Amino acid sequence: MLLFILRRLLLLIPTFLGITLLAFLFIRMLPGDPVLLLAGERGLSPERHAALLAQFGFDQPMWRQYVDYIAGLFRGDFGISFSTKRPVLEEFMARFPATLELAFCAILLASVLGIAAGVLAAVRRGSWIDQLTMGIALVGYSMPIFWWALLLIIAFSSTLGWTPVSGRMGLAYYFPDVTGFMLIDSWLSGRPGAFKSAVMHLILPTIVLATIPLAVIARQTRSAMLEVLGEVYMMTARSKGLSPLRVVGLHALRNAMIPVVTTIGLQVSVLMGGAILTESIFSWPGIGKWMIDSISRRDYQVVQGGLLLIALVVMLVNLTVDLLYGLVNPRVRRQ
Amino acid sequence: MTESAASPPPVSPLLENWRYFARSRGAVLGLTIFLAMVLMALLAPLIAPHEPNLQYRDALLTPPAWTEKGRATFLLGTDAVGRDILSRILHGARYSLGIGLVVVSIALTSGVVIGLAAGYVGGKLDALIMRLMDILLAFPSLLLALVLVAILGPGLFNAMLAIAVVLQPHFARLTRAAVLAEKNREYVVAARVAGAGHLRLMFRTILPNCLGPLIVQATLSFSHAILDAAALGFLGMGAQPPTPEWGAMLAEAREFITSAWWVVTMPGLAILITVISINLIGDGLRDTLDPKLKRS
Repeated sequence: MLLFILRRLLLLIPTFLGITLLAFLFIRMLPGDPVLLLAGERGLSPERHAALLAQFGFDQPMWRQYVDYIAGLFRGDFGISFSTKRPVLEEFMARFPATLELAFCAILLASVLGIAAGVLAAVRRGSWIDQLTMGIALVGYSMPIFWWALLLIIAFSSTLGWTPVSGRMGLAYYFPDVTGFMLIDSWLSGRPGAFKSAVMHLILPTIVLATIPLAVIARQTRSAMLEVLGEVYMMTARSKGLSPLRVVGLHALRNAMIPVVTTIGLQVSVLMGGAILTESIFSWPGIGKWMIDSISRRDYQVVQGGLLLIALVVMLVNLTVDLLYGLVNPRVRRQ
Repeated sequence: MTESAASPPPVSPLLENWRYFARSRGAVLGLTIFLAMVLMALLAPLIAPHEPNLQYRDALLTPPAWTEKGRATFLLGTDAVGRDILSRILHGARYSLGIGLVVVSIALTSGVVIGLAAGYVGGKLDALIMRLMDILLAFPSLLLALVLVAILGPGLFNAMLAIAVVLQPHFARLTRAAVLAEKNREYVVAARVAGAGHLRLMFRTILPNCLGPLIVQATLSFSHAILDAAALGFLGMGAQPPTPEWGAMLAEAREFITSAWWVVTMPGLAILITVISINLIGDGLRDTLDPKLKRS
């Protein structure tokens, strides 16, 4: 197992270097003078231009710039946002909990409902339940989620008035930022209604973000279950007289979970992409909205740093899933 | 004589696949809708009741014809500047299907060439190419496409290019895997012994036997391309107004979600129906072309 972990970690090094190289090249591929793009200052004097050129290191040879860039990353230097003048890493950390909270709720919803729907469809294969579930999953899988978000806002916010349209918390509440997770902070604050407000703000974005993963997980669970249900050991379990619940719940589901867990892990990348759309529609102050705002503001240091940080998060999640997979399935370790 | 009468006439592989595909009601439904969409796109200038960009200043935000305040000439209503939504959606079909076609062509061609090279040549080239593909796949696809558009500048063509770059690694990986599985099979060795050159071996001998998964992936990518292009248009980084692209139409409609539901509903419905039909075809093709599933 230790060897397996070490090998996985070693494999990360080239990927890490590649991701940083892409982020590094990003600024240099932009059309125009990189100094002007990064500084965000107008009417630079030639002296100031030369000073900035040296400050950003653009007067150095390319390989030297890359080495300095990597060295900077290890010191936590991901650049400075020119619109707020604050370090990119600091801005990322301030917004990441909002995205994490939303993504966690979405993946939880998608996993619970998706697995339940997939199992139900597999057990009742060919019935109207199966057809209905898979029909809904197809629609979910094909959904333009930005449009889905607008429809939900029309229905639940403007027509019924049940849920707020944007943000994470009602303006009436103010409490200290302890963990950065609204659900926890509002609970800790003890203010009546604060927790409910946090939940109400979360509902629609969670549904929107969960839609595609939910459909994918339901489809994957169904096909994994069908495969397992056809195995000989399932017949053995049934013929031993075990209750159907025990056969399906314990024997089948446990074995069907392996590909499903992999699928759930793969959804993290989908979630980060979906977060860009979801957060920008619901004005959710997370990293997705931060990225799209920075792109339209041409705050390229933020785009570069954010791109890299998001890729690192996805990479670490994939690593965790791989390691978990190795833990559950000994065959993987020996490959 | 009796023997030959008993055996059924030989069926061409294409016909056999079609029969299998046609057994799935969903796949046939998807194909029907998709063909209708293609027809709509081709005939848009003839069947659209109005010019897609013509503004009827006396008919701003007219609701659909079946509602109380609707007008028969604007079947699906008009938008904030008085353009007929139905006509814009019909013309939008040309953009969406065109985007799918262009993106998949670029991604498929480049992915197949890269994957063939990696799988066939192997060794260091293979390792290098596959690392590169891993790196591209490490980024969330929409984010990478957004950043590429930020480099290239907003616009429909750049958006298509960015989406093609993002989708291409899937084709490269699939092709490589298929080539690795095929390249040491006897028919390939036989062709090599018979004197076939590298290019012939790659493109004429091996490639046709890797087509199944590629066709399925191409179908899935087609729907991905339409969704991502609409998302980029919605974020203002794809097709620019007044282009009647469905995503860009939604971006313009966003401020009217409380006052004019039809402006928001119609373009999204068009995207959804198109993508569902393509995914139905994709599911049908996968069941048809995947020999593992075919047994059941």
